[in-house]
Amino acid sequence: MTTKTIKVDYLARVEGEGALDLHIEGGQVTTANLRIFEPPRFYEAFLQGRSHGELPDIVARICGICPVAYQMSSVQAVENAFGVRVDGQLRALRRLLYCGEWIESHALHVVMLHAPDFLGYPDAIRMAEKHGDAVRKGLALKKAGNAILRLLGGREIHPVNVRPGGFYKVPSKAELAPLAEELKQARDLAEDLVHWVATFDFPDLERDYEFVAMRHPDEYPITEGRLVSNRNIDIDIAEYENEFEERHVAHSTALHSLLKRRGAYLVGPLARYALNYDRLPASMQSLAAEAGLGPVCNNPFRSIVVRALETAYACEEALRLIAAYEMPDAPCVPLEPREGEGFGCTEAPRGICWHRYEFEADGTIRTARIVPPTSQNQPSIEEDLAAVAAPIADAPDDVIRHLCEQAIRNYDPCISCSAHFLKLSVHRS
Amino acid sequence: MARRPKLAVWKFASCDGCQLSLLDCEDELLAVAGAVEIANFPEASSAVVEGPYDLSLVEGSITTPHDAQRIQAVRAQSKFLVTIGACATAGGIQALRNFADVKDFIAAVYASPQFIDTLATSTAISAHIPVDYELHGCPINKAQLVEVISAFLAGRKPAVAAHSVCIECKQRGNVCVMVQGTPCLGPVTHAGCGAICPAYRRGCYGCYGPMETPNMPALTREWCELGADGRDIQRVLRSFNAWAEPFRQESEAHDD
Repeated sequence: MTTKTIKVDYLARVEGEGALDLHIEGGQVTTANLRIFEPPRFYEAFLQGRSHGELPDIVARICGICPVAYQMSSVQAVENAFGVRVDGQLRALRRLLYCGEWIESHALHVVMLHAPDFLGYPDAIRMAEKHGDAVRKGLALKKAGNAILRLLGGREIHPVNVRPGGFYKVPSKAELAPLAEELKQARDLAEDLVHWVATFDFPDLERDYEFVAMRHPDEYPITEGRLVSNRNIDIDIAEYENEFEERHVAHSTALHSLLKRRGAYLVGPLARYALNYDRLPASMQSLAAEAGLGPVCNNPFRSIVVRALETAYACEEALRLIAAYEMPDAPCVPLEPREGEGFGCTEAPRGICWHRYEFEADGTIRTARIVPPTSQNQPSIEEDLAAVAAPIADAPDDVIRHLCEQAIRNYDPCISCSAHFLKLSVHRS
Repeated sequence: MARRPKLAVWKFASCDGCQLSLLDCEDELLAVAGAVEIANFPEASSAVVEGPYDLSLVEGSITTPHDAQRIQAVRAQSKFLVTIGACATAGGIQALRNFADVKDFIAAVYASPQFIDTLATSTAISAHIPVDYELHGCPINKAQLVEVISAFLAGRKPAVAAHSVCIECKQRGNVCVMVQGTPCLGPVTHAGCGAICPAYRRGCYGCYGPMETPNMPALTREWCELGADGRDIQRVLRSFNAWAEPFRQESEAHDD
């Protein structure tokens, strides 16, 4: 038997640094390790001793692509600990801000990072030579999402306007109105995007995932809900640690999250969609059907279609929120710090982003624990890689390498969040 | 047609937000891609053209022994090297370890510290190699990034103001939040953001780092008069630019 190594020094079009080791013995894939060696930044350590008021500004810096997710989970945890609920139009504005992040993040991944895989280009710039219209529409869509972030948050990356209890400043109805015009166009662009990506060729792969997502009585989940799975998990977010655990493995600076009893699970668009199809408006269910999606999608390569669909949903939801908006009397609900523990969980573009903090009586953070979506998906990514590589274990290295990279990009992995740099080496013996 | 200059984008310890700023130039991206050859930008492209590169943009700080070596190799193949963002120019928020014992930090986050290979400090790129230009901000301003690239192409100095956020407040027509009783780092903070925080009725928290020759003691005296104590001052100075010299020195002056 021969031993062979395939190496990709830097997996491209993902946010972060990591590597992949595949071991193939006698035509069987024995191990598939996604190695993450993004340098650790120790957020949970330096948050100790900081003030609850600084939390949304600090945790935003975990990720430049999804800062709002971190801000929203953290303020929810503060409010939970201090016994305050943010409702009405302030809650609606938070959801609107979050829709902006879904749109910019999903449009970036679908058009700029993922679509080139299906059409055989190294990047969206080269793809634009033949598919200029699609790239320009994708950029316009991304811009519309960023317009929401800029108006409500002050800027696209690391918005400054989020605080525990609400916002520093809220817009008037008239200030919000111009966004609607841009979003109406964006909704049409997103529908075109769904139809476009649905025409791609998808490798055949059906996986039996345990999907984990939030679930809300009325809404497609973004800002709050219970945690549910397709294998009978239905818990309050405070019970997360009863069902899930993090393990520190040698090959990753991102902790691996696992179901204590069953191992790998999947968070993100496929999970949200499968568990909340009935919460989508009829217009989006029809759009899904036009794109060839049933109520559940188990093919990770088709996640690009679900992500495009969620982009269309976020545009539509943003329009609904803007139409119903009335300027609240105050930009923020007053908070009285108290000693205690608080939990926050929201649906980042890549899946649930779970936070727990303990606070001292003056609101100083005693301990922090943050579980980002990509660290939860790592074990699932590894299982996908084994499943993708197994039927083609005898194929040329280039074929395996390309499909494995694509399989990783199915997840829109945000390795900066979790820890960045993907190197692929295949060992055969 | 003359050869287009080769652009490379490099990442060290960071959140990716500053390189994302390039992809956030939705209106200019295709024009930029026409003016330069995007030769090495892994976050956006799987095609890599070998160096040397005419312009390197470097994001992130140096936090591992491996990265301390890698930045030397980046410098060696870059003709003009620009650091972008607070991590690359000042060490970033991960430089908070510089004030503590990194072993305690590792133990607080990781169950198996022996797997973690990290330096005791997080430092700016300029602490390791000569840097040709620094663009500040957490995150950088994308219009300033386009200006830096345009200036490079035209062979001129970038038109990036070095004054404080206060001037930007005046330009934007903001009412000073400090005179309304809200502590603000604007008087000592490098311009570039467009005075966003005061426009949203909060004090500047210094994410663009110190301006040139800031009067730190004068500002912190003013903060104390507005009711801030030493811990408040230390906290606000110890964030995304904590290891930038003026912020670091002043924060240490407020140790208990």
